[in-house]
Amino acid sequence: MSPKKNNIKTFFKALPKNIFSGFVVSLIALPLGLGLAMASEAPPIAGVIAAVVGGVVVSIFGGSHVTIAGPGNGLVGVLLVAITTLGIESAYAAIICSGILLAILGFLRLGKLADFFPSSAIQGMLAAIGLIILGKQFHIMLAHKIKRVDTIDYLIEIPYTINDAIHYDNTGLIYAAIAGVLSLIIMVFYPRIRNKYLQLIPAPMWIVILSIGFSYYFEIVAHETNPISQLYMISGIPEFKDIIAQLPSVNFGKVNELTFWSSVFALTLIASIESLLSIKAVDKLDPEKRRSNVNLDLKALGLATIGSGFLGGLNVVTVIARSSVNVNNKASNRSSNFFHATFLVIFIVLFSTQLTRIPLPALMAILVFTGYKLASPITIKKIFSIGKEQIVIFFVTLFVTLKVGLITGILSGVIITFLIHIIINKSASLFFRNVLKPNVLMFQEQDNGNYYVSVKHFCSFLNFYRLKEKLDAVPENNDIIIDFSLCEFVDHTVMENLNSYRDLFIKRDGHFDVIGLDLLDSESEHPFALRRLLPVPNIIQSGLTKRQNHIEELAKDYGLSYEYKKEKETHFLDNFHFFRTKSIQHIYNKLSTKNSILTIFDIEFSEGEFIAKETVRTTMLHITLENQIPEFTLDKEGFLEKVYAFAGFKDIPIQEHSDFNKRFYLLGENEVAIKTFFNDDIIRFFESNSYYHIESNRNSLLVFSKERLASTKEIKALFDFGKRLKQVIS
Amino acid sequence: MSFLPFNTIGIGVTFSPNLKANLYEAARLSLMFKSKLVLIHVGEKSADKQTQFLSILEPFIKDNLEVDIVFKTGDPVDVILSTSKEKQIDLLILGALQRENFLKYYVGSIARKITRQAKCSILLLIKPSIKRVPCEHIVVNGLKDPKTLQTLASAFYVANALNSDKVTIVEEITQDELAIKVEDDKSLRMATIIKERIKLRENSRVKAIIEGIPEVYTKNVVIKSQPIFGKKGYSIGHYAQIARADLLVMNSPSKMTFWDRLFPHDIEHILTELPTDVLIIQ
Repeated sequence: MSPKKNNIKTFFKALPKNIFSGFVVSLIALPLGLGLAMASEAPPIAGVIAAVVGGVVVSIFGGSHVTIAGPGNGLVGVLLVAITTLGIESAYAAIICSGILLAILGFLRLGKLADFFPSSAIQGMLAAIGLIILGKQFHIMLAHKIKRVDTIDYLIEIPYTINDAIHYDNTGLIYAAIAGVLSLIIMVFYPRIRNKYLQLIPAPMWIVILSIGFSYYFEIVAHETNPISQLYMISGIPEFKDIIAQLPSVNFGKVNELTFWSSVFALTLIASIESLLSIKAVDKLDPEKRRSNVNLDLKALGLATIGSGFLGGLNVVTVIARSSVNVNNKASNRSSNFFHATFLVIFIVLFSTQLTRIPLPALMAILVFTGYKLASPITIKKIFSIGKEQIVIFFVTLFVTLKVGLITGILSGVIITFLIHIIINKSASLFFRNVLKPNVLMFQEQDNGNYYVSVKHFCSFLNFYRLKEKLDAVPENNDIIIDFSLCEFVDHTVMENLNSYRDLFIKRDGHFDVIGLDLLDSESEHPFALRRLLPVPNIIQSGLTKRQNHIEELAKDYGLSYEYKKEKETHFLDNFHFFRTKSIQHIYNKLSTKNSILTIFDIEFSEGEFIAKETVRTTMLHITLENQIPEFTLDKEGFLEKVYAFAGFKDIPIQEHSDFNKRFYLLGENEVAIKTFFNDDIIRFFESNSYYHIESNRNSLLVFSKERLASTKEIKALFDFGKRLKQVIS
Repeated sequence: MSFLPFNTIGIGVTFSPNLKANLYEAARLSLMFKSKLVLIHVGEKSADKQTQFLSILEPFIKDNLEVDIVFKTGDPVDVILSTSKEKQIDLLILGALQRENFLKYYVGSIARKITRQAKCSILLLIKPSIKRVPCEHIVVNGLKDPKTLQTLASAFYVANALNSDKVTIVEEITQDELAIKVEDDKSLRMATIIKERIKLRENSRVKAIIEGIPEVYTKNVVIKSQPIFGKKGYSIGHYAQIARADLLVMNSPSKMTFWDRLFPHDIEHILTELPTDVLIIQ
């Protein structure tokens, strides 16, 4: 238990950072809000209204810390159905009702609702939503508006649209399609370009800026009209004063109809699932390791949705992509959500006329990319690697969702999962007899204070909430042991959830051990595969690449040991500042000295989530130190660091070394200790060697230069640098 | 300290493959508790049956075991219950059934009815054996209940008679007692503090009870106390299973209504899923 901090003081101290990250998030929220609303066939401003109301209400009443609320991509499919079948005025009524239901879920503490859905079924549903978004918007992206009844028809007609687009005669359409394709290219290639100046503005905002600039170029420089067909420009962005003056009329006339309520339930279901999944994912990214109050957040989201509905906005949910951008820009509390809303208001007040210069295809390219990310082949590959049965669940949910609807889709996913579980176990009675039993026992062992959890019978999505309830009651910095030895069957949903608990515990200095699974066997090697009593041997072998061969030679040459296999055990990196907001996938190609003091390895980690996700592979050097040194981060000084200085990050100056101060950017908590640590020898060493990003976590150092893999020559240089650095420091 | 010593031990016997094991267990217990053994057989009396029973028990009779055999026809439940009353049986031994292919035991319908209605203590044996399996670890409930006092005393009496090494007193704390739901860091801290407080309170309550039990019974066993958070009745069975207890001692059930059977709680859970040998103290 930490001593109580001065809350107001820390709040104001962190304010500049939060304003900054709120600003960056608003840059991505604006184009996404407009696009998501248009994809749902609502007025474009409805998405921005949802983001503004969500930002204000959830930041005040919510229970999470660094999440961002706004219009969600998962809801596009449901909103589309609601708006086309009910009409926009009744759809607002449905949004308001779903807001009420969401708040009720919060009051009834039903935040655990999302646990009752098997994860492969949720994946299938999300992929279906992705295909709905992609299928519909792809045609608009290529300036080829079509209207079909069935969602699958949109997908089938994609090749025809491409064919048509190649043969356009109308220059207006050609330019529109080019804008769309260029925007898609920006979305796809943006994460690959690791330039920190370029990265300051998110890709969707680049699209907005470039297309507005393009339009001004024609107007001011070329004195021509915009060559993009007027049909494919955003229309109907009202002035700010009009938004306030003309509240939309909400029509509750259809509350007696079944379609109305099925829309309300679908909206509530998807809004809660999307929000709960996002909150869970963002909690893992939170550098301050806080736990979100899910039920409080649901209440706030419900309230925000009600407000948003009355003001003519869409449902408000917690969104993963924007939240991860928020975390990456060092937001520390809910105020960044508030500032994101504030900046959106400022944008609308100042630039509402400029926004009409954005071509529709450009905006829809962002959504096509979003849709693709939801249904990407990588997701399917990942599910396939877990097990064949998961792929069945995934595709059944996906097709039923596309063909019938979201609620039927997810229900079919639940049913097929249950049937598969019965078939795998060749027994239905195992489930029926035991599903209601309180099968989880937890107690704190009296002698060592460890928490011990034993699970009996079976553990699947049906009764995972019981295990979850117990796990949630354990402070994450404690040791916990989960024993499945009395369990006959553990499913994929449980394994996946346990893995995220494991990450959470280890990140927060606890221990999380799962035992008893060795009695059960799984068909695939994947750690999330479901387990039951059946032995299947599985051997996978792979050859070495050219680079790996080179590294192996290098290892022999330098007398190092070499391990090419992927290692998932990367927790020794967790307490480096650099990895606080990133999630490490694995390390591989590890070179280490005999005593393991110096290790060089390739690492794969990701920053951000969903469409803001960037996977990075790089080579790093890790040095274990004998003595404790202060925590610090040392980097090259550049323009961005000067910008950061305004946001409250302070470069520590070392006296009488102005050259060092000019060229290096030194950060750390304990300024006095750092100043004494950086003596003349160390400073001269840094001044006379090439730049590396260097970070200390007291007991070890992490050294790397570029955010890409190093060549063998660079590995040699890095190794040499590390060896000499070690000598200088000790 | 009040507990009823087991002066008379009763067992229902039929001619099944388990007969010898059942009789051996019952006879051994009778010798250990220095009590009389009553065999209850539902059926016609015949000299043939009698000699068969006695021949099995012969090694024990040599050790001065006092045996009484009762033959009575009628409904098994009625016969056993009425005989227990007539013969003033203090402890009735019943066998459990095993679920096909699994190492899972449950109480059959007859034994279950007897358990519910009996006025004496009941011992449910999961796997009677001819050779003695020593009873090393006894788990006993420490519920906050007027009956617990007697149950704890009996547990130590049994532990002494069976030469057990260790007695674990389990206090089941239900979720309702916590009165706080864990939602975020703050409520988690609160809940942890409350849990700690409840644990201390329960431990001191149990300690006070143990101090009331004569030292003769407690001095030779290791006493451990373990608070667990879970469903009343069910979790203690689960605990007994993972703690590899040899005997679970529990309070007798309070009044049973129709609803209790439909929505099982307390002892009903244990009856559907016997974790180990169970002794229910009346």
